[in-house]
Amino acid sequence: MRVEEPLARGSADPEAAIITEAEERISVAPQWQLMWWRFRKHKLALVSTALVICFYLVVGFADFLAYADPHASEAQRSLIAPQSVHLLDEGRLSPYVEGLAGARDPLTFKRVYVPDPSVKVPLTFFAPGFAYRLFGVIPMDRHLIGVAGENNTPENSLFILGTDDQGRDQWSRLMYATQVSLLIGLVSVVISLVLGVLLGGLSGYIGGTTDTVIQRVIEILRSIPTIPLWMGLAASVPKDWDIVRVFFVMTLIFSLFSWTELARVVRGRFLSLRHEDFVTAAELVGCSRLRIIFRHLVPSFLSHIIAATTLSLPAIIIFETSLSFLGLGMRPPGLSWGVMLQAASNVQTAAVSPWLLLPAIPVTVAILAFNFLGDGLRDAADPYGV
Amino acid sequence: MMASRQGERVLSFMVRRLILAVFTVVAISMLSFLIIHLPPGDFVTTYIANQAANGGTVSAEAAAKLRAQYGLDQPVYVQYLKWMGLIASGNFGMAMEYQLPVAQVIGDRLWMTVAVSVGALIFTWLVALPIGIYTAVRQRSILDYVFTFIGFIGLAVPNFLLALLVLYFGFKYFNANIGGLFKPEFADAPWSWAKFQDLLGHMPIPAVVLGMAATAAQIRIMRANLLDEKRKPYVVSARVRGLPEYRVILKYPVRVALNPFASTIGYTLPFIVSGSVIVSIVLSLPTVGPLLFKALIALDMFLAGTIILMLGVLTVIGTLLSDLLLMWLDPRIRLEG
Repeated sequence: MRVEEPLARGSADPEAAIITEAEERISVAPQWQLMWWRFRKHKLALVSTALVICFYLVVGFADFLAYADPHASEAQRSLIAPQSVHLLDEGRLSPYVEGLAGARDPLTFKRVYVPDPSVKVPLTFFAPGFAYRLFGVIPMDRHLIGVAGENNTPENSLFILGTDDQGRDQWSRLMYATQVSLLIGLVSVVISLVLGVLLGGLSGYIGGTTDTVIQRVIEILRSIPTIPLWMGLAASVPKDWDIVRVFFVMTLIFSLFSWTELARVVRGRFLSLRHEDFVTAAELVGCSRLRIIFRHLVPSFLSHIIAATTLSLPAIIIFETSLSFLGLGMRPPGLSWGVMLQAASNVQTAAVSPWLLLPAIPVTVAILAFNFLGDGLRDAADPYGV
Repeated sequence: MMASRQGERVLSFMVRRLILAVFTVVAISMLSFLIIHLPPGDFVTTYIANQAANGGTVSAEAAAKLRAQYGLDQPVYVQYLKWMGLIASGNFGMAMEYQLPVAQVIGDRLWMTVAVSVGALIFTWLVALPIGIYTAVRQRSILDYVFTFIGFIGLAVPNFLLALLVLYFGFKYFNANIGGLFKPEFADAPWSWAKFQDLLGHMPIPAVVLGMAATAAQIRIMRANLLDEKRKPYVVSARVRGLPEYRVILKYPVRVALNPFASTIGYTLPFIVSGSVIVSIVLSLPTVGPLLFKALIALDMFLAGTIILMLGVLTVIGTLLSDLLLMWLDPRIRLEG
């Protein structure tokens, strides 16, 4: 970001004048502007930002994006393959999917569905569907997409990503699973942020014995294999608890083990900034301790904390998905990416119905996006760095 | 004079590591104890209920004897100390589901966990080291981008998912069930050379699946370290003096870059042991993973707690060994103590 041409300054070369102008712009730019300039150089981080925004739009509008009740099961429709959406109908823009014709498999006598090109199921945007409350408040029944008309028979319906073994629509389930998985990540990260900033801050600011004790606790927690422990804690959650309670216990368990990294970052920042010139200057001018912390110290490492927080999300997503996959995390009727992937845990089933493995894609994309976003934020947090 | 001061530093380093290890083991034992006692009701009640479900009965005296043995009518710390005492004397309690002592149920599954974890660790090192060096030396080459991409995928795909995908593709395209560590005829056979060879033959898939994420992380660390080191003046001066390129790189900067790389082993081992539990369940490996899982589902907390304790203690021992190895490798740790 720094313009490295000190020799060119002041010469008559017109190019030099431009450089000086750029330099001038940099020297007067506020901190956030520098960060933005730095951040936008990281192209992957920019793409990831867009992806993360999309993911959180799904979190907010899961009900709107789903078009079927995620729990409505129908034995008749089990394991239907994804349908392809045709956008054009005889040259006109009119999206439709091909209808399904039920048939008996001559070998297994199981009911199977094959696309029937003669039947066109027309789709409309903002179609009326099951009733829900947007953001838990506004009552609505419109969904982004849906089948035009009322007759929602197995042969006349929409399954963008197919159905699972109980005939539930995978796309709608995926929307709700995304909502739950990302919310668990978000809530856990907020709790571990509070723990990390509190304990890391105490450790870095007080120092001495407090510091030693907190550092040893962190070292001990980091050298324990966490998954067996998490499994043990998660298995102790009583089976009859409702989804909301399980959700909050899970977030607590996850944050209990993920605060250590954040505490390390906060402590490191405190230690390195305590002896900076601007802190000494503030002390000499007679600022109070609280003012120094909140007016001078916190703003200068806030960006680092945001970056570290973003980077700790992927681990939580991985562990939530793993635990739920085993049936120890979120459990049916609760939904999450791991719960959905559980349907594919039997290889024979997955081999026949590979679309059950589709939730693996949002898991991977989300983890990558949070990693790149965190990387970009970490670089941007230090706009003067090389 | 110098030698004795160095000896003191080595000693103090080792003592500090040992003390930390002891504290870690105590913390793990407390957490395991907590897990055993988390489900409502004491485990003797669960044990009796379990026996009744299987058609057996537990006499009132036997139940009372069990309660006294574990001090269930006494304060929590007494219970904890009694449990630790029993474990120290080699009595791990009974696994309810199997009607067998816990030690017998676990059997050599613990060593299978060690074998799989060490296999993954060896894979991680064998792969991460050369690729890390290559991508740093040939920065921005096509292969650098390819490995960076693979590395990101390795970081982003949870290992249970990787195991699931491996199983899926194996089943779909090779029509083979890839899981397990032994052929059926060796599964219950006593140890022999042939069985050992069978184990080695089955090892690559679990090792790769388990080591993938750690490998990706280690490649990044090695590459970043070597890139930092490569720019230093002593490397330039070695090159100016006409040393062949492979010597310039391998003899100096690689050795320096290895140290931070080696020091991450302390966090890699717990990470791999953790992952082995889930990967073993998906790939149905005969390690403690599936056993722990079944015990937790059946709420056989004694078995589960013991497994968690054993995994933790093994990890601590492994980390301690790697610390000593590191000290032997890197004189700066000895000297700076």
